[in-house]
Amino acid sequence: MSVRRLAEKQPPSFAFSPGNLVWARAQIAKYPEGRQQSAVIPILWRAQEQCGGWLPQKAIEATAELLGMAKIRVLEVATFYTMFNLSPVGRFHVQLCGTTPCMLRGAEELKKVCRRMIGEADTVTADGAFSWTEVECLGACVNAPMVQINADYYEDLTPEIFTRIINDFSNGRTPKPGPQIDRINSAPVGGPNTLTDPSLFAAKEER
Amino acid sequence: MLADKDRIFKNLYGQRDWGLAGARARGAWDGTKAILERGRDALVNECKASGQRGRGGAGFPTGLKWSFMPKQVERPHYLVINADESEPGTCKDREIMRHDPHLLVEGCLIAGCAMAVHHCYIYVRGEFIRERERLQAAVDQAYEAQLIGNNNIHGWDFDIVVHHGAGAYICGEETALLESLEGKKGQPRLKPPFPANMGLYGCPTTVNNVETIAQVPDIMRRGAAWFAGIGRQNNTGTKLYCISGHVERPCNVEENMGIPLRELIERHAGGVRGGWDNLLAVIPGGSSMPLVPAGPDQADTLLMDFDGCVAKKSALGTAAVIVMDKSADIVKAMARISYFYRHESCGQCTPCREGMGWMWRVLDRMAVGHATKREIDTLWDVSKQIEGHTICAFGDGAAWPVQGLLRHFRPEIEKRIDQYTANPHPEPIPVAAE
Repeated sequence: MSVRRLAEKQPPSFAFSPGNLVWARAQIAKYPEGRQQSAVIPILWRAQEQCGGWLPQKAIEATAELLGMAKIRVLEVATFYTMFNLSPVGRFHVQLCGTTPCMLRGAEELKKVCRRMIGEADTVTADGAFSWTEVECLGACVNAPMVQINADYYEDLTPEIFTRIINDFSNGRTPKPGPQIDRINSAPVGGPNTLTDPSLFAAKEER
Repeated sequence: MLADKDRIFKNLYGQRDWGLAGARARGAWDGTKAILERGRDALVNECKASGQRGRGGAGFPTGLKWSFMPKQVERPHYLVINADESEPGTCKDREIMRHDPHLLVEGCLIAGCAMAVHHCYIYVRGEFIRERERLQAAVDQAYEAQLIGNNNIHGWDFDIVVHHGAGAYICGEETALLESLEGKKGQPRLKPPFPANMGLYGCPTTVNNVETIAQVPDIMRRGAAWFAGIGRQNNTGTKLYCISGHVERPCNVEENMGIPLRELIERHAGGVRGGWDNLLAVIPGGSSMPLVPAGPDQADTLLMDFDGCVAKKSALGTAAVIVMDKSADIVKAMARISYFYRHESCGQCTPCREGMGWMWRVLDRMAVGHATKREIDTLWDVSKQIEGHTICAFGDGAAWPVQGLLRHFRPEIEKRIDQYTANPHPEPIPVAAE
């Protein structure tokens, strides 16, 4: 288990933006009557996005009120699921996969890049731009090593490529997500050796 | 090698249109109404006849699982799709969700009809944000074309909700997933009652893996005999393999069940780095499964299906092949897997919550040799005390890789201990006080 506590410094208040409130009500409607608690993770996630990537205590309480749940139940959820950041993160939050398949292909080197360019794990740079944390398997193991920056996966990294990506972000550019070497998604480098039969697609598309 | 025409996932690499038009061109949503009209029992029997076993790790026969749902519909029935793919090494469901989502959507409808289900939830892991958006877009397309929804063209009312988690490996366990879907902490439930009697919201529920359900439309269209004709008995059909680690060209590929490991790696992944003789060990089924070392009786002759892996004291799991060559630090690699389990334990059962941290700390020391040989036996003993003594299979999945390491690489650990004892590290190694 990971030990997770709320941040010491908390903002004084939180209110869902009108747009998010409408969105939240639409989420609640997806679940059966009386089961609105099911929407707690999506709504907490939206609250985290509204707060710039982390979840203050007041947002947890506002979610509890919205869903008619006891505060402690929402707090339990917020502390159980590790994607809820309980303290502030950078505008570009790097989640570096360090689990064995990525480790075998060089995730340790990427960690050094993070320490050099961003600083210690779970700290935010002075300008508020970057933070990084080591996470467990992100499920892109054939494209290892990889990181997730905000919503996007950056795959097939080397220390040089990763350095360039971080530089791009700090210079206001958004690098293209996905594999960073010459390959198509999870196909082998050099192109797939399967699914090459053209009749497979041509015949069907004519019909 | 599996012929291209027998492949189910024709857009595995995302080179073609993922949307409805593309999916239709590849054969999806073809004659779905006629399939549904065969009726509930016929669908379940077809699935049973195909011999399909669940692709999520446990390998439970899908048709049998479906048949556990009550015949009389007294309360709502639910179908929940487990898209919480987070087993280290596994990245197959992600490809289905982002490149061929309509196979999954159509599979949900057919499976739903086979179990008298009108409401389906797809639980996608929180990190897969783009994949979730893509899947939601496919569901929206299906609603728009009236393929699903109320009064759809197939005559079976069916709703699909795409739900998501927020980073908890344990939510891949079916009852933990249901807890999470109900808006609670993802802690597994005691069984029985099984989900088929009391699952989501206390109603009959079946939880199936993404790949399992995405294969269903093809099984129904092409017939159980086609599916059963691929692979070996009890291990039928095709499977998505994820080949990662120390290979020349890591990739995902769809192959027949029972393909020899060596053929799989050499044909599709360019071989082990430095040649087959450079292989140290392979984990055939995702991190929860014991490793299989190189050798004539081991990895050389390993057949990649459920029974083939069991014959080598491992398991197919999710068919996520993690390859390690001789440059790999095997003890450190397994210590990292133990760290993963320490991080992901839900904390409900004491053997798991306490045992995971204990095993990791010991393995972490063993990786540098800072241990005593007696501790190897203690570690084995502890792993045996965790295995089978927890509510869910997480404890087993965390104990097996450690047992696999001790079974095959004990001399390596002893060698490190000897080296360390002869020349202790000059700096003290911090040991947690917990």
